[in-house]
Amino acid sequence: MMAEAKHKVVSLTGNYAIAEAMRQINPDVVAAYPITPQSAIVEKFSGFVNNGLVDTEMVRVESEHSAMSACVGASMAGIRTMTATCSAGLALMWEIVGVASGLRCPIVMPIANRAISAPINIHCDHSDSMGARDLGWIQIYNETAQEAYENVFLALRLAEHPKVQLPVMVCEDGFITSHCVQNVKIFDDAVMKKFIGTRKPEFALLDLKNPITVGAIELQDYYFETKRQQQEAMENVPAAYLEIGKELSKITGSDYGFFQEYKTNDADAIILTMSSATGTARSVVDKMRAKGKKVGLIKLRLFRPFPYEAVAKALEGKKIVGVLDRSMSFGAHSPLFGEIRNAVYGMKDKPALQSYVFGLGGRDLLESHVEQVFEELLAGKTNDEIKYLGLREVSQ
Amino acid sequence: MNPKELAEKVTKNPKLTAGHRLCGGCAAPIIVKSILATTDDPIVAANATGCLEVATTIYPYTSWDIPWIHSAFENAPATISGVVAAYNALKKTGKMKENVKFIAFGGDGSSYDIGLQSLSGALERGHDFVYVCYNNEGYMNTGGQRSGATPYGAAATTDPAGKARPGKMEFKKDLTKIAAAHNIPYVAQASVSNLADLTMKAEKAFKVKGPAVLVVLSTCPTLWGTPPAKTIEMAKIGVESCFWPLYEIENGVYKLNYRPAKKIPMIDFMKPQRRFKHLFVPGNEHMLENVQKHVDDEWETLLKLCGEKA
Repeated sequence: MMAEAKHKVVSLTGNYAIAEAMRQINPDVVAAYPITPQSAIVEKFSGFVNNGLVDTEMVRVESEHSAMSACVGASMAGIRTMTATCSAGLALMWEIVGVASGLRCPIVMPIANRAISAPINIHCDHSDSMGARDLGWIQIYNETAQEAYENVFLALRLAEHPKVQLPVMVCEDGFITSHCVQNVKIFDDAVMKKFIGTRKPEFALLDLKNPITVGAIELQDYYFETKRQQQEAMENVPAAYLEIGKELSKITGSDYGFFQEYKTNDADAIILTMSSATGTARSVVDKMRAKGKKVGLIKLRLFRPFPYEAVAKALEGKKIVGVLDRSMSFGAHSPLFGEIRNAVYGMKDKPALQSYVFGLGGRDLLESHVEQVFEELLAGKTNDEIKYLGLREVSQ
Repeated sequence: MNPKELAEKVTKNPKLTAGHRLCGGCAAPIIVKSILATTDDPIVAANATGCLEVATTIYPYTSWDIPWIHSAFENAPATISGVVAAYNALKKTGKMKENVKFIAFGGDGSSYDIGLQSLSGALERGHDFVYVCYNNEGYMNTGGQRSGATPYGAAATTDPAGKARPGKMEFKKDLTKIAAAHNIPYVAQASVSNLADLTMKAEKAFKVKGPAVLVVLSTCPTLWGTPPAKTIEMAKIGVESCFWPLYEIENGVYKLNYRPAKKIPMIDFMKPQRRFKHLFVPGNEHMLENVQKHVDDEWETLLKLCGEKA
């Protein structure tokens, strides 16, 4: 464990921990609309604004579509901009989510992951942000309130990195993380302020002496090149992510790898998780290890851009891997499983893979489910079908 | 602003420069240039997707000599909200000293229809900006589809003059009064045919603290089926027939800015336009009567609102 900078330990929900990060960042503009289970972020932050604890101009918009639109305007003006949303809110702002990345706005947007309608459901799964995975945003998934808090800072620096200039979603699990109280280390305001520095945009709409046109129409002759540049920016993310993470770890003592491995070295079976399900899985790993079963765990943090090479390296030579998705891509491989399958393609000594889907609409992932997964993997039971955890099978 | 002064300002500092690809006879650039000429302060513009946006910014070219932003079709008011918020943040912390004006442009598609919520939200929040709707009464960037501003009886590509339904059967939405219902400091209706009136209103709109809305009749030769050279004349008949009255609502008080000496019949406005052609075939007389009656009723209501009639 590395040395940690001065901090206090506070009992906070994931949402309040994120709001606390936003207070410390003191963004120039926040434009946001409340939606369960994200609301507490915006509510808490509104309190900071109305009590003069931040200098932020708060735009209390009438919808998420306008939230992202106002964020685009503010970000292109040349200043620091944040918002937060989830589920239907993210779906409503969809169009402008793509505009934000296309215009290369370094907006940071915490997401309290929630299921997508219909049926309407306010609880956690990843179908909202996973559905937005091809809209050109960086996506970081967080297990705990602490991780979410710290990654808001990392995200801000990453978004504004000169070689990146892309928006970032910082995802926490709705209710499970957003509403559960955990002990969170809040680092000193001054330390975090120094870490984030100031934004230095190359171009700004409010640079009156150098008027620019933002959002011009690009037709067959230019659009393609612009999109290619977006890909290049994404390709620059991993190096920038690690570089900024290294700097941040000097403050927090945390590691900021693309993923975190837990007891994988000698593991006969590994499961791959994201976000809060990791906690449950880790506990099962410990219990099964105590019984002499060689099981391990990988928690993926960075989903976009996807760290194929690093994942492949981690899985090389492993026997069998179960991939746990909290969302589906109907009629196709589930998002995380599909990426893992891509990552191991071409590997000489590739592991057997099994796709699991769990927790849609907030369905609990129990330790018994994870144990079942490990037992199946240890028995070498894999097939090409999706296995569902905690589901009652009902035909149409 | 007198015509000479306006001409000088537009020539000297056009803000929207030549080289754009709007149609010959399009009223939009006349409206935009005239409005922008009424302030000497630095100005930042947002633009909804539409003819004005598409035809002025075909990458790598731009006709805008001022900071300008386009994001999407329905969100110019929300976009400018963010820009204004950024400006306020910079002003508050002393990082910006200049007094800047903010303006958003949208056609009737983005203003009356798809972006009405965005506009309403921005007006309610009270941002200090001017919203300009150049209303050509149809979705012209996409080829002449029906909008909420398309007048009763007009044919549109999504509401053609058919045997079972002879074009649009609903009267147009009243965006000016919808804007006024937000109790904002200034709302006005203007026309490209009266630039003295338009620039007077633009000056007022820039002057007030808080949101101001200008809804401007903008002849579209492509949709209306009128010769480009008749753009000003057509809009003028629109005003003289009381189809498009010139009035303003300043802090809730209605004022009629122009009263035609002799009200021109609506058929004089409709007859030269291709989109109303089908109304002039036998059997459709009742529709012409409906139009006239509706315009008369609206005019009477407006006169009362403006205190011109008890």
